[in-house]
Amino acid sequence: MVYVVVGLAGIVGALLRYYLGLFVSGWWSGLFPMATWLANMIGCFALGWLTVYLPRLNNLPSYVATALGTGLVGSFTTFSTFSVETVQLLHTSHWEMALFYVFLSLCGGLAMSWLGFRFGQGSLRTQKETAE
Amino acid sequence: MLWNSALVAIGGFFGAIARFGVSNWIKQKYPSSFPIATLLVNLVGSFLLGYMIGKGWNASWNLLFGTGFMGAFTTFSTFKLENVTLYLNKQWKLLILYLLASYMLGILLAFLGMKAAGM
Repeated sequence: MVYVVVGLAGIVGALLRYYLGLFVSGWWSGLFPMATWLANMIGCFALGWLTVYLPRLNNLPSYVATALGTGLVGSFTTFSTFSVETVQLLHTSHWEMALFYVFLSLCGGLAMSWLGFRFGQGSLRTQKETAE
Repeated sequence: MLWNSALVAIGGFFGAIARFGVSNWIKQKYPSSFPIATLLVNLVGSFLLGYMIGKGWNASWNLLFGTGFMGAFTTFSTFKLENVTLYLNKQWKLLILYLLASYMLGILLAFLGMKAAGM
């Protein structure tokens, strides 16, 4: 049962990444793999936030959290495309761009994950304060 | 557009289930504080996508297997969240090891995949 839900959420995640790619290709034609990078950064923030926020919601079935986190956001972001794009940049001798891509993914991903995490904690606090 | 979306959707469905299945299986079999499940999935996916790109399959296969399946099978967000968790738990050595293994081996395996495909 939970496998089917994760799969269905995976469809949404993969499609959103595909459409984001189509959208980005409309305005970005630079060497930097903008579409993958944006998907990964947005996903890092979203997963950090969901991880803190969802478990605190009362009466939320656990499969919903698994579907959204593991299924949707997990499929929205991708590592394989990142690796292949880096190799392609190296293969075409764009060393600096490859290094820049790895660096921006590494640091940006950590920062967005962390921000999402803190944002989840922050939005909880605000909610509690309003309730009081 | 509709046909292309359907290919991505089918790939995404099975990719997400495969990642969930593999990581549950590994977590059960080898419980550890090192996120070996995500690492393994990302490394295998990098090799296979490299192989596919090296073979130069047509656009439909790219959407089904590349954008859909491998895109959903591998994950960047979980990898980064696990980095943050290791950081919060002050497991510095594991964090550095995880980062190095993911980036260096991931890129190396994508390269080897392309080579294996004869590129």
